[in-house]
Formats: sequence, C-alpha cells, structure tokens
Amino acid sequence: MKILVCIKQVPDTATQVKIAGDPKAIDTTGITWIVSPYDEFAVEEALRIKEKRGQAEVVAVTLGPERAKEALRSCLAMGCDRAIHVNDPALADADTLTTARALAAVVKQEQPQLVLCGRQAIDDDMGAVPAQLAEVLGWPSAYWIMEEAVDADAKTVRAARQVEGGLEVFDIPLPAVLSAQKGLNEPRYPTLKGIMGAKKKEIKDVKAGDLGLAAEPPALSVVTLEPLPPRPPGRIIQGDVPTAVKELVRALREDAKVI
Amino acid sequence: MAGAIWCVVEDDRKGMPKKVMAEVLGEAARLGGPAEAVWITDKADEAGLKQLGEWGATRVWLLENAAFAPYRSEVWVPVAAELAGRESPRAIFGPVTSRQREFLARLAARLGVGISADSMALAMDGDRLVATRPVYAGKLLSKVAWARQPWIATLRPNVFRPAEAQPGRTAHVERPSVTIPEARLRLVERREEVSTGLPELTEAEIVLSGGRGMKGPENYVILEEMAGVIGAAVGASRAAVDAGWRPHRFQIGQTGRTISPKLYMGFGVSGAIQHLAGMRTSKVIVAVNKDPEAPIFKIADYGIVADLFEVVPALTQEFKRLLEK
Repeated sequence: MKILVCIKQVPDTATQVKIAGDPKAIDTTGITWIVSPYDEFAVEEALRIKEKRGQAEVVAVTLGPERAKEALRSCLAMGCDRAIHVNDPALADADTLTTARALAAVVKQEQPQLVLCGRQAIDDDMGAVPAQLAEVLGWPSAYWIMEEAVDADAKTVRAARQVEGGLEVFDIPLPAVLSAQKGLNEPRYPTLKGIMGAKKKEIKDVKAGDLGLAAEPPALSVVTLEPLPPRPPGRIIQGDVPTAVKELVRALREDAKVI
Repeated sequence: MAGAIWCVVEDDRKGMPKKVMAEVLGEAARLGGPAEAVWITDKADEAGLKQLGEWGATRVWLLENAAFAPYRSEVWVPVAAELAGRESPRAIFGPVTSRQREFLARLAARLGVGISADSMALAMDGDRLVATRPVYAGKLLSKVAWARQPWIATLRPNVFRPAEAQPGRTAHVERPSVTIPEARLRLVERREEVSTGLPELTEAEIVLSGGRGMKGPENYVILEEMAGVIGAAVGASRAAVDAGWRPHRFQIGQTGRTISPKLYMGFGVSGAIQHLAGMRTSKVIVAVNKDPEAPIFKIADYGIVADLFEVVPALTQEFKRLLEK
C-alpha cells in the first residue's frame, strides 16, 4: 500500500506575525517554521497504518519555497520513506485551487491508495485543499477524521468524521482523500535515529512543468493584509468579589448590552 | 447586477433551517441580493420554507431527496454545480460549519472559482466583492478578491447582522430536477454526543472558557451551571485540553475552534497567544484570573483579579437574579 501525506510549512503557533513591506505578505524575519499541526496528525496516522500493516510506503509532499524542505525533513525524521517538494517560484501565489491541482498532479504520478491531509494549515486557515484535491482527482473524501481503519486488502477505509453534535462513520472505497482533525492521534517526536536517517532519504524537487501544470492566474487573490483593529482599552473592576461581580453584571447589562 | 446570491441552508437535520441562516440571508440582501436559499436535504419542513421566506429569501431552490442525507460531498457537489450551471448565481454563501467548509470548497473546485473560508466581512469594491477573513488564527486579517464569479464564501456565525423575520414575507419555492449521482460513501453509524443541552461552541452568542486555573476536569461543572443560566457554550484553553480535562472539540485557539461570540468570559485562562488568536474577535471579553499579569487582561474589556472559585458561584447567582427579573 502507498500513502501520500500532504503537508505545509507554517509559522510556529507562538509567532507574533507581522505584515511585511509588501502588504500582501508577512515579514518572515526571525520566524520559527513548523509542520502545520493538523498535518502532523496526518503524518502520524500514515505511519501507524504502515506499522499496523507491516508494509507500506509513506510519501510526504509539499508545495512551498526552498525553506519548506525543512518541514519535509521533519516528516522523514518521523518515519516517512521519501518526500516530494513542489518547489517552483511560478507557484508562489498559489491559491487553494492551484495547490490542489499541483498536488493532484503528484498523486496521479504516484498513484497512492490513500491521501491524508491536515484539516487546514494554520497560516491561511482556509481548510479547502483536501476537498479540492479530492474534487480534482474525482475521489471520495471525508473531512475532520477522528478515527480510521484501512481494511486488509486496502480496498476500503472506515473513517469517522466529526460533525456538529457527533461523529459519522463511513465506509469509503479507496483511493480516497481524508483530512485529519485534532484528536485522531498523538504525533510522535522524531528519534535521534530517525533524524539521522532522514538525512539519507530522498527529497525529490519537481517544477510546475514536470507536473504538466498550465500557468493560470489564481482564482482567489490576497488584496492586502491588515492588522486587527485595536481593542478599546479595558478596565479592571476593583473591590471585593461580591462588589466586583455586581458591577461586572451591571456593566455587561447596561453598558455593553450583551446580557 | 446579474445573478442571485445563493445561501446554502444549514439545517437541524429535522427539517428546519438553523438560526445562522438569518445572518447569511441578511448579508446576501445587504449586498444587493436577490437572496435565494438553496436547500439540499432529505426533509424540508413547511415551517422551514416559511422561515426562509420570512428571513428574506426571495426564492428557495429545494433539492429534497433521501439521497441527500447524510451529507456527502460527492452527491451534493455535482447537484449544486448542475443547478449553478443553469442559474448562474453571482455568489454562493454558506455558514461556517464542518460540512459547509468542505462542500463549498469542493464546489468551488468543480466550478473553477475561488473560495473565501470563514469570512468576517463582505463588501463591494466597484463591481467586485472583497472578503475580509482572519488568517494565522486571527492574528491578522486578509482581504481577498475573486478572479471570477460565482464568488464562493463561508461566513462566520455571530458576525453578520441577521435579517429580521418579517411575518408574511414568503419565498417562491422551486423544485428543480437534477441528476443525483450514486454515493460511494456508505454510512455505517452516527454516534451522537451526549447532549449537554448547551449551544455549539462556534454558534453560541456567549462562550465561557476554562483554562489551567480550573485545576481539574471536575470543576467545569461550575462553568456549565453558569452556562445553563445564561445560555452559553463552555470551551477550554489548549492547556486544559492537553491536560485531558476537556475533549479537544471544546478547545478554543489556533489548533481548536476560532470563535466570535458577543460575549467571551475566560476563567483561569492566562491568554497564551495561540488562545487569544481563537477568541480575540469576540465583541466583549471578560477575564477572571488571580494573576494580574495574565496576558488576557491586555485584550479584556472587563477584568476581575480574583480567585475564579469565588467569582464563578457569585456570578452565577447574580446572573440568576438578573434574569429572573
């Protein structure tokens, strides 16, 4: 069985992101980059499927600039077998649809039985790529997966998706695209052996041309990034607890009018 | 302006549209309309159709068939795409829910157009629509525009002004015929969560959140009691979720839910940057924490520096007293 995991390199969650001189981009100076947390769940799940079956190939793929190789290296250190880096300045402005088309081209070349993604990358928070990838491929998909089990023949996956108020469990014929929700698993830390071993694993660079991608303008473009409007100054309510609580409730009722 | 603005109905799976549809329809009308509802369901109640009309839908495209439940993107998307191909709406909106996030993303790919997920504002700029959406979990705002129509977007609950229901206003109901594809996903079971009787975190107008200061899972009952009094949802910080005190579906923050309630009240929440990212677009923020240096006080509208175990019971009593009046 072959499993493809789509990942994205994003700023660490503790990063204070700032807008760059070009107001469509962030200032990347000093940013610590990580594999998007939801993508780590996808990587972990792929490795668990491999371990359970005793045999499978797990391929990590990303679209991003040169620095995104570090994220692929982390996935290799966790245990992925090899990696593919769609690394082409022509795709620098890729929106979710362009990204989905590029990933679909990789999928067509690799022909995995299963594609795993994180539910969304925590930079642009769009959460559209897994569904759009499935659409471009014409494959079934299920989102926000909380558990999954691939059958012995790798013909079907049973997956539980999170919906408002519960879980819905489906049998899905493979190949299929699944997106991982937090809670699916607890991602492992790379071992020292894994980190050393990752250095010898293959990361293949591919260009848009290798994937037969036509240059198309993005369907959605960033016009500008803006800081959040500042919040009005707050007030600390003084006094003992009974007094402060009374004043808080009065303020919520009469001033803020939210109760 | 050619083409209607479609609002994809989120329903309660029992034949009634959810309240959030008043917000989506209200925004569609504000952008010039005509606001039309598209309802893909196995069961639409007459009262539900009436409700959509009262909220301002001029037309309801009703696609009612047993094959439409449970929601499966591979069934819904071709059906919606077929109808969109015939009717050429200029925009397609839906509320942010787990399934609409998937459905509208996949529909956008089918139609070859862009999608703005989790939009917090929509405005016309000449003849193009510009959406404002949070990125980096709300640390920044991004304005985005589409290369072509239909403009597809999901709208965050509690942010857009809801349409007021006008009794007597009715929608024209159309039942178009469409080709329904065969589903490949087969439903095995649906596992319902034990209902807390409290609203959904992302839809609630008031959210109470407990952080590390809650000290343990057993103490969330005091927040649930207050939540029951004021009709709030109860969430948690990542610290509390990672400690195993609350299931992760209650996590507020960058790797959890991003919320914009009218009122957010944090108890024993320090305000780590990744938590603030998930709630800082709330209209009013209250913080209760023993530590006067807790970062959450920097963005709070009202703060009380005290032990939450003294404040919460007193606050619950005060809310009870107020709401009994």
